[in-house]
Order: sequence, then C-alpha cells, then structure tokens
Amino acid sequence: MQVAVTPGGRPLAWLLAGLFVAATPSPVSAYTAYVSNERDNTISVVDLDQMKTVKTVPAGQRPRGITITKDGKDILVCASDDDTIQIIDTETLRVVGTLPSGPDPETFALHVSGNPLYVSNEDDNMVTVIDVPARKVIAEIPTGVEPEGVAVSPDGETIVNTSETTNMAHFLDVKTHKMTASVLVGARPRDAMFKHDGSEVWVSSELGGTVSVIDPKKHVVTHKISFDVQGLRGDVIQPVGIQFTSDDATAFVALGPANRVVVIDAKTYKVRKYLLVGQRVWHMAFTPDQKYLLTSNGLSNDISVIDVAGLDVVKSVPVGRLPWGVVVSPK
Amino acid sequence: MPRGRFGRRALITATAGAVMATSASAARAEAAAIDIGYIRWPQERQTISLLDKPPADDGLAGAKLGIDDNNTTGRFIGQQFELTDTVVRAGDDPVTALTTLGQRGITLILTDVPADLLLRLAAAGGAKGVTLFNVSAPDDTLRQHDCRANVIHVAPSRAMLADALAQYLVWKKWSRWVLAYGSHPDDTLLADAYRRAARRFGARIVKELEYKDTGGARQTDSGVVETQQRMPVFTQGLPDYDVLVTADENEVFANYLPFRTWDPRPVTGSAGLRPVSWDPSSESWGGTQLQDRFRRMAHRRMTPLDMQAWTAIRMIGEAASRASSVDSTKIMQYMKGADFGIAAYKGRELSLRDWDWQLRQPILLSDGRTIVSVSPQPGFLHQFTELDTLGFDRPETQCKLQ
Repeated sequence: MQVAVTPGGRPLAWLLAGLFVAATPSPVSAYTAYVSNERDNTISVVDLDQMKTVKTVPAGQRPRGITITKDGKDILVCASDDDTIQIIDTETLRVVGTLPSGPDPETFALHVSGNPLYVSNEDDNMVTVIDVPARKVIAEIPTGVEPEGVAVSPDGETIVNTSETTNMAHFLDVKTHKMTASVLVGARPRDAMFKHDGSEVWVSSELGGTVSVIDPKKHVVTHKISFDVQGLRGDVIQPVGIQFTSDDATAFVALGPANRVVVIDAKTYKVRKYLLVGQRVWHMAFTPDQKYLLTSNGLSNDISVIDVAGLDVVKSVPVGRLPWGVVVSPK
Repeated sequence: MPRGRFGRRALITATAGAVMATSASAARAEAAAIDIGYIRWPQERQTISLLDKPPADDGLAGAKLGIDDNNTTGRFIGQQFELTDTVVRAGDDPVTALTTLGQRGITLILTDVPADLLLRLAAAGGAKGVTLFNVSAPDDTLRQHDCRANVIHVAPSRAMLADALAQYLVWKKWSRWVLAYGSHPDDTLLADAYRRAARRFGARIVKELEYKDTGGARQTDSGVVETQQRMPVFTQGLPDYDVLVTADENEVFANYLPFRTWDPRPVTGSAGLRPVSWDPSSESWGGTQLQDRFRRMAHRRMTPLDMQAWTAIRMIGEAASRASSVDSTKIMQYMKGADFGIAAYKGRELSLRDWDWQLRQPILLSDGRTIVSVSPQPGFLHQFTELDTLGFDRPETQCKLQ
C-alpha cells in the first residue's frame, strides 16, 4: 500500500499526453485508478481525466486488497474466497497469473524495493511472504489473531502487521522474519502506515475509534488521536485507511460508516477538517502528483475524489458494488 | 486448510486433573498464567427440529476457542490462559463446584446455570472475591431487583431480545401483533418482555394466545399430519394483525407455526425471525473468520451460547492485556472501568452497563438461514449509545449493585 502513495515521478508517455491535449482543454494527468469491488467480483478501471469508470474487468471471488507493481505493469489483487492473489496486466486487463497467497488473503504490501509481497492471511493468523517474479512463497510468519493491515518501513527493514482480534501492531524483521515487538492498540486495528520519513507508524482502530501513533524504534504508542464529529455518535466513527502527503505534513484517515475522511495535521495531531464523502469509506490512494486523494466507499458504490490542496470533495465516480480498495497507477 | 501452528490448543483441565495442571504451569514459569472456571448444568432439552438439538459441548466449545484466541494474544505479552470445566448434575450442589474451583485459586468463573442457581453461586462467591460471568440466563430480574455486583451478564436479557425484534417489526410497520406464548414460567417472562417492548416502541398487541404444554413427544412418526391440522385451528379467528410474535423458550409449539397459521402471516420470536446474540450464518464485520476458526476447532456450527462463552473469555483476555496483569482483581478493575470495550463481530464495540453489569450489544435477527437485520434499528435514538435502546436503560433500572 505504501507503493500506491509513492509518486512514481515518471514522465507521461508523450503519446498519451498528446491524446488528452486533444480531448480536454487543460490536461492535468492521464492517471488511471483501479478499484476492487468485493461484491461484484470485478475491478473498475477509472480514468481520472474523464473522472469516470471506463471499464469493468472480471476478477476472482471477493476481491479486496489491491496494489500495483512498482513499474506499474501489473495489478495485484487478493481474491479472498479463491485463496489466491491474481496478477492482472494493466495493458490487456487480463489475469495473467496468480500468486500462492495461502488461505483467505485480505490485504498486503509490497516491499519498498518492489519485491517481495507481504500478505496477511486473515483466516490463518499468518503473514505470507511471496517472491512476486518467481511466484513462490518465501516464508510464513505466525502473527496475531486475524492479521489485517500490512505496512513496510521506508528503509525496507521492518514490516508492521496489525491483528484485529489480538488488538496489536506486530513489528516483523524483514531479514530474519522474526517478530521483534508487539504493541497494544485500540480495538480491531485495521490499517498501518509509515510516515515517508519513517519516524512514525500510525495504526487505525476500527472499533476503538482511535488512531495510535507508534514510535517504530521504541515500539511505544506516543499519541492516540480520537475524533468527534458533530451530530454523530462515537460508535459510528470507525477509522480504517490512513494516507500521508509526501511531505508528511498532513494525514488523511477514512472513518468508515461516519462517511467522512478526517484531515489531520500530522505534526501536532490536531484535526483540521472532516470531509463528507460516500458511505462506509475504507481505503484511499493519492494520484502520483498528490493533487487528488481517492476514497473507496463500500455502501454508496462509488469513489470520492478529494482535492488535496483545497481540502474539498470535488467529485464522486460510480464503480461496482461494495468497493473495498483503490490504487492509482504510477504511470 | 487449517495450517495454523499456534493458538489451536485449548488448555483444558478437568477438576480431577489438578495435579497435572500444577506441574504444567510450573513448566511455564516465564508466562503469567490465569485459570478461568466454567460451571455448567447441562439439561435435557427437547427441540421441535432435529437440526436444533444442542451439542454436548454447547458453550464450552466457544469458551475453548476464546482461550485459544487469548493465548495467541497472550504469547506476545507473556500471559497464559487456561480453562477448568466443571459439570454439575442434578443432585450435585453447585456451591461445592465453586468451592473446589476456589481451592485452586480460580476466581473468574463462567456460569451456564439457571437464575436460582446463579444467585446461590453469587452469594457463596461474594466473600471469596469470585466474579461470575453469566453466559446463559436471560432473566431480567437478574439485571433488576436481583442484580449482584459480582455477576457480569454476557448473555442478552429477554428484554434486550424482545426490544431488538420489536424495533425491527415497528421499522417494517408490522405494528399489529398477535402474541402467542407457552405455559411455562419462562414463556410468561418472555411474553412480559414482548408486552413491554410493544409499549416502548409503539406496537399494538391485538390478541394474546396461550399454548398449553400438555406434554408429549416433539417428533413422532406421522406427527406432521396432526400438526398440520392443529396449528391452523390454534390461530383461527384472530382480529386483523400483521405478524405473529411467539414466546416459547421450551420448544413446545412455536416452530410448528410457520406456514401453518390460519392467515398467511409471518412468524417471529421463538420461531421464524428470531432475535439472537449469534447465528452460525453471521458473516459481517469479520464474522466469517470466527465461524471458520470455530468450525476448524469444534467440527460444528457456532451457537449463541458458544458466542456468549467466547465473548466472556475474550472480555477477561482483553482486560488482562490492557491491565498488563493476570491478577483477577486488576482484570475486574479494568473491565468495570470506563475504558473497557470488546470487539465481537457485531460492528460495534461492546461494553458494560455500569448500572447492572449487563454487556451492551447489538442483537442479530436471524431466520435460521441468514441475518435479516441487526438491531438497534435506524431511527431509535439515544443520547449516549443506541445500544441502550435495548433492555433496561439507566433511568429505568431497579438494580442497586452491592
């Protein structure tokens, strides 16, 4: 998931750019987003110039976690009920292979170098490490009950994995595959995300309603962020997805059935603003230029487009049923 | 394929195996261990459907899975959980079981016993610092006049179950009810809960019917022919109504009613659409994982009693990890504090009502195949938490904890 937010910094293909010059008066990007639709067993392909779904591609059963390889060539998607990860070629939009994920893969993160892939097996208390080009399992690391979020530290040395029923963030060493620390957080932790400078890892607790800020060296919670939306009872504020702007100044946290994304000053941990998005918002992804943040809204079957500079929701784009995750191509 | 190498072992010791248990805990000197008791009173229970026959380890299997889940967490923080199961049979004194557990230093005990026995256990355990976790008795009186400071109610009360169904029926605008109740004392109490629910949420009971239990077998060869004739007659000549609400905790008649009523009306309550704490078909909020874990361990489906026992064990494990202690006093201190909450696959954090120590929880409405809805329903508002629209809320409580 870290890969999804890191700007690719690649120049646009001139041909592609030229096409859009002809099509629209002010071309900003030719980015493409891919959304996993848990209920439809499909991937929606969203053109971010037109801000619409241009294609819907069949995927395996119950597609959830979705990411893209560093070169932008392949989409990886957890087909949870098929117990596999599918590789979808972004050119042909066809499934070109599978990865041996172990049972019920829910979500994952690619190592910062682009390989391997760290997969949480929700049903099996295990993190599976997969060599993506070789399509082979390298290791299985025992973890807490119902592993969920996976994050790779920017220095590539540490994996953080949350476990929903154990209520911990587990720190795993990339070289030894050993657990180095476990940090207790709020109830039902979902997402984990490192700041780009590696100084902090944030963990969202869906039922605890909080975000824990963890010092990844000392393995202690240094701060707990809680939320208060006027007119909403506390128990519908259920934090899930976390994203940092590339300068680590601002954090966005998706608040699930509160139907809002909260904007947080990532230095002072103060809430700056609540943005109303679609229903049951879970995961998010930036466009590589960080102009937009996209949110997958499970119950309104759409993605919301947030203007990052203006802190404003500018558009909602219909996708398939129960959109779970979203990723934007670095190309 | 289950491949997990951890957290699959339930550490169960019978009371007779006390010597073994002692040597086992000595071998694990590095982990702080806590033994949790389980007192159950298995009763022969007839059911109308063969599919509903309670399994022999009903509840216990849920507790075992809870112990496994606690230990998966516990191994990261040096805590070890064990379970000591004690079966009390007719003629046994349950207080003896409590004393035996007490001699082994066990002070946190799950109970699957009827209300009168629960009160005896609570009285006997009070002086010894014992806390009981009521995983089965639904009696509202245990949360009202007969509430006890050392009893935590994990099972939902009859009022909570009735309110959960009532909210849904009112939301559906099925507000004219016929209430059919059995002749056992439990059924009378459940009928009271439905009358209260109707008053609270604006439904109208247009007619009440009592079904007398005259004894006899539930299943008989060719019994279906007789049932087909009997049930329409029982429901004949009723005023206009929307839905039949049944109160039949002893499975005497309610499960015979669907598709056999005189008028074509849905059946709810003890048959048809039932309010439950858990159902083996619940898959939301990560429920599938719990169902899978349970099936791998117990080779059967997870019942409401299993869920209530699992939740009780997880409450103890959660409080132990937050309090960083396996000392039962510290565990209970944390559990009774304002910060305590527990996740139990129902979409919200569950917590304790500090006026009667009832676990506040959403109630599932199941048709036996799928989850039709989950209460509280939208629109039933509450100034603190909508979960307190189910059961006896703080202003209504008769409980004086001591």
